[in-house]
Formats: sequence, C-alpha cells, structure tokens
Amino acid sequence: MEEKIREFLKAKFPGAIIREDNFRGQQSIYIRKEFLFDICKALFDNRELDFIFLADICSLDWLGQPDESDGRFEVIYNLYSFKHKYRLLLKVKLSGVDPKIDSLTSIWQTANWLEREVFDLMGIIFVGHPDLRKIVTADDLDGYPLRKDFPLTYEVPQFSFNKDEPPEVIL
Amino acid sequence: MGLEEKIPDSIILTSMDKMVNWARKRSMWPFGFGLACCAIEMMSTFASHFDLARFGMEVMRPSPRQADLMIVAGRVSAKMAPVVKRLYDQMPNPKWVISMGACASCGGIFNNYAIIQGVDKIIPVDIYVPGCPPRPEQLIEGIMKLFEKIQKESLSPKKEAANKLTA
Repeated sequence: MEEKIREFLKAKFPGAIIREDNFRGQQSIYIRKEFLFDICKALFDNRELDFIFLADICSLDWLGQPDESDGRFEVIYNLYSFKHKYRLLLKVKLSGVDPKIDSLTSIWQTANWLEREVFDLMGIIFVGHPDLRKIVTADDLDGYPLRKDFPLTYEVPQFSFNKDEPPEVIL
Repeated sequence: MGLEEKIPDSIILTSMDKMVNWARKRSMWPFGFGLACCAIEMMSTFASHFDLARFGMEVMRPSPRQADLMIVAGRVSAKMAPVVKRLYDQMPNPKWVISMGACASCGGIFNNYAIIQGVDKIIPVDIYVPGCPPRPEQLIEGIMKLFEKIQKESLSPKKEAANKLTA
C-alpha cells in the first residue's frame, strides 16, 4: 500500500514529499504546505486508493525540541481508507511566526469543527475556513492553552516538603 | 420569612428561633447540581439504599426557584462558572450551598486553565465535603453538619451577626 501511495504522489505531485516515516506500522508522510489541498483532494477523489474518511486533525508544538529546526508547529491529518483498511498520516510543518494553512472544509465538512479546535487550542489560522472561532475554551480565556509557552498551572500543590515556600507558577 | 425585619428582640424569639430552624432544616428541598462524577454518588445517596428522603429532602427540584439547598457536585469549568452564579442568584433566601467532592472544594486534581479552583471563588459555601467521590455516608454526614449549623442560626439580626463572628 505504501508503494501505491508513493507512486501516485510522485507521479502527480513531484517534489511535494519531504520525507516518510514509519513508526510501529503507522505510515506518515511529511509534505510541503503548498501541496496540502491538492494532495488531499487527489487522495479523496481517487477511487483506487479511496481515502474518503478524515478521522482527526491534530497539532503539535515543537518549541525547544530539536524538531523545531524546520518549523515550530506541525499539523497532522489522519486519513483512513475503508477499502484497504489503511490509515495514513499527512504531516505539515509550519513556522512559529504567523502560522497559516489551507482549510479542508470544501473536501470534508467535518474539518470545520476539527480546524476550529486546532485554532482554539494552538492558534493556527486556517485560510478559507467559513467560521473560524473558539469552540472549546471559555469565552474570556486569552491565548492558546496547548502551546508550550502558556502557563501550565496556577500554583504547585503544597506538600510537606515545600509547605514553607511560597506557591510558584509553573510555566 | 419576613419576620426578621419586623419583630424586635424579645423573649418569645428564642423558642421561635428553634421552631423556625427546625422547620427549615427538616424540609429542605435540594437543587442537586450534578456536574460530573460526584453526581453519581449524589444520585445513589438519593436512591433507596442511602435514602435522603428520610431527612425531609423528598423532592429534588430541578428549578432553582423552588429549591433551598444547592449541592455543587463535580468540577466547575470556566465555561460553566457564569451559569452556576446565575442559578445561585435565582435561588430565593434562605439558601445554603454544599460543595461536594474535591473538585468543587478546591479544584481537585485539575490544576489548569479550564477548571475553577474551588466553587467558593464564585459563590459562598457553607459546608465542604471532601472526597473523590465522597461516599454517600460522607455526604449524609455533611448534611448533618449543615443541620447543626442551621440550628444555631437566629432570626434576630444581633444574634445573627454574633453567630457570623464565632462560626
């Protein structure tokens, strides 16, 4: 199955794949940001590969890790094909300054809420989204909670070993 | 009851106090505000094995306008906080609040951006029942303590102010 996908993508979109990764049987392909919408549309329309199910859109923040060199944020699209019972992860790296990526709502309607959740928690803007606003956090919460530079808790719980110290804020 | 403003301090008020407090505590209607897992333990307290109806809490009113005891059972998230405040404001006086469980008392194990660290940051609480979740016996013990607290209340404003200082 990996061979079929690789040939299909190399034939239609030369230069789109940066690298591939296989972790314990789960195949993931790093692609360039500009090709994302066309690749997803091609995988969706292709009746042979038949990736018609968008299971999830998630995002990572690589702040402070070695993987930050080619982009701070990473957006992962979880595609599933019922015909071959095969799951494929498409990963796109975005820069930390002004992260923008194309929206997939015109292909899969479920991407509407999935992208709203990624925007609410990580701050990645989806260009072309019909209604991008907060969906999960409280209305008066400023900032993006799942970023690594958002404070983690208000204070450290007081145990016997630190009960004499003032409560500190963990970042 | 409206008596508090009109009747001045007099001997008849001492036994009036006892009667009014007894009537209030033995016929409380709870507004069980079950938010999360503690709601299951609250439901089992109201069920037949640990019956709360024998203490007078026969009906659990879903409307705050007809309830006088609010049991906040479960974690209060930042999105839910204005709703809790509004429901508390809609309850008529006299009203009491029991915060059930660790999350309602102090935030519990959730120390993050989404959960209010204790419901007493938004509404005044009378009794805190710790536990995760507290067993029905513990909730009943909390309610018994609330009964003792109500028994000490007084109709005359001078005695009530003195109560607030000592309690």
